[in-house]
Amino acid sequence: MATVTTSRTTPGRAVATVPAGVRRRRALEWVALHTVAVTAALFFVLPFVFIVLTAVMTDEQTLTRDLWPNQWEWHNFADVWRTPGFATWWRNTIVYAVTGTLLTLVSSIPVAYALAHFRFRGRTVAMMVVVATMMLPPQVVIVPMYLFWAKQLHLSGTLWPLIIPLAFGDAFSIFLLRQFLLTVPREYIEAAKVDGCGDLGALLRVVLPMAKPAVAAVALFQFFYCWNDYFGPQIYASENPAAWTLSYGLGTFKSAHHTNWNLTMAATLLVIAPVIVLFFLAQRAFIEGVTLTGVKG
Amino acid sequence: MTSTSLAARRRRDALRTLAFLSPWLLGTGLFFLYPLVSTAYFSVMRYDGFAPPRFTGLRNWEFVFQSYPFFWPAMRNTVWLVLVVVTLRMLVGLAIGMLVIRVKRGGGLFRTLYYAPYLAPPVAGTLAFVFLLNPGTGPVNVILGHLGLPQPGWFNDPAWSKPALTLLALWGIGDLMVIFMAALLDVPREQYEAAELDGAGAFNRFRFVTVPHLRPILVFAAVTGVIAMMQYYTEPFVAGLVASGQIGGSGQQVEPGYPAGSTLTLPQLVYNLGFQRFDIGAACVIALVLFVLSMLFAVLLMRRGSGFLAED
Repeated sequence: MATVTTSRTTPGRAVATVPAGVRRRRALEWVALHTVAVTAALFFVLPFVFIVLTAVMTDEQTLTRDLWPNQWEWHNFADVWRTPGFATWWRNTIVYAVTGTLLTLVSSIPVAYALAHFRFRGRTVAMMVVVATMMLPPQVVIVPMYLFWAKQLHLSGTLWPLIIPLAFGDAFSIFLLRQFLLTVPREYIEAAKVDGCGDLGALLRVVLPMAKPAVAAVALFQFFYCWNDYFGPQIYASENPAAWTLSYGLGTFKSAHHTNWNLTMAATLLVIAPVIVLFFLAQRAFIEGVTLTGVKG
Repeated sequence: MTSTSLAARRRRDALRTLAFLSPWLLGTGLFFLYPLVSTAYFSVMRYDGFAPPRFTGLRNWEFVFQSYPFFWPAMRNTVWLVLVVVTLRMLVGLAIGMLVIRVKRGGGLFRTLYYAPYLAPPVAGTLAFVFLLNPGTGPVNVILGHLGLPQPGWFNDPAWSKPALTLLALWGIGDLMVIFMAALLDVPREQYEAAELDGAGAFNRFRFVTVPHLRPILVFAAVTGVIAMMQYYTEPFVAGLVASGQIGGSGQQVEPGYPAGSTLTLPQLVYNLGFQRFDIGAACVIALVLFVLSMLFAVLLMRRGSGFLAED
């Protein structure tokens, strides 16, 4: 593995005192390392480059094997925006993602707090059920769930069957928050109680302000989950185009509108862009959240 | 403290716990336990969603294992994906993680570039790759053509559709990169220096210092990788849908797993049986198979000492 053999290059560390041979070897390692890094970067970046280049091509040019646009048709993005339904998909996705995220936070935080700081019988079992439901493919329970929402409550053709369950706690969010809340020292909670706070007061006034990064990470994850969700809207909303989301609508975009790759790639970019922007606004919280999902020491 | 006030306090604590857990307890009952029992019930019933369900014993199970043409291809695809995608994602994730912690100049930029594709919504990423790899005008085959290399059919060729999905999965390696990065930075530097003094080369330092420290993370990545493959739905479904040029929708017949069943996965069978063929009994059989398989791996993750439950 190239990355192993080029290990531990530290250019600039006491350069003057090391012999010329060692210095030359380190310089070579530095070059090799950056060559590998740039090559790897091409694999991750070039797809985006080709998506953008194709998104601004003319209809005729997308049928050729040209890679570089003859003319830059920036209005393609506006054309996609004006495609019937696209604005509706946006609105629906925002409603689903924002409402879903808020409900998830309100319902999951108290559960995570109880699992992290209350001592009660069955706590380990409860944790195991949380992890099990977190690992459960949504398809396992989809048939009875669909029958329940469609036949009992007549809510198929809407996004409510996806939003309402989030008011009852989301396993992944509970798990993530609980991992973080474990690191809040018990003394802070005890001190808050001595000062006359109840459990809810201690949670709201002491624990939550300390857990801001975790709450932000959970909010972001849930927002992205709703934004990206394809299976849920496919099951519940596909019969009613007025309830489609961006992810679902995008899947039908090329064939439903008989569009070429240029408009399809422009639409793809319009679905990716908000997620990337949101990521840059909240990069730290997000990375911390990803790390938190891993094994803690 | 008298015994009555102790009992009263216990009762108050229990009520408090119950109050905090109540949303989740209700949710688990309504959206996990109830549908799970219901799925088991329907797996032995004949039910099309309209006529009242009738008991059929193990007929649905026989159908799925013996006559349903998509079950075994989906199982074989899942094994392929677990072996190839999960392994490659771990190797590449580790390599990229080791790379970025060594790059000093521009390290932040490289990290962001490697991470960004992970954020692309699955439908968008899949659509992008179906375009990039389309056999006619796709940039990848255009470049391969210029280099005089063979131009595979990718998502339109049963032999190349899973490798194409693998490329897509490797493009979104960002999550593993971050997790491995954090773990690699946690390895004490002194141990590398001690090993170097003992004359250990780069490979031996990797083998005897890095790998043992990473073991829990490697286990975590492997198990969650397998579980992700049990849930692998959007990418193969959308890839097949778009590459075949068909319009999807509830009730419409779409050839699942285009091309030639090579992108079928287990979750897609639940959709095909339950929502396209209206064979709810058979759909529930697949759902139970999925349930057992994913719980098997969830238990692996929760085994004592894996550190996953992180008891305080």
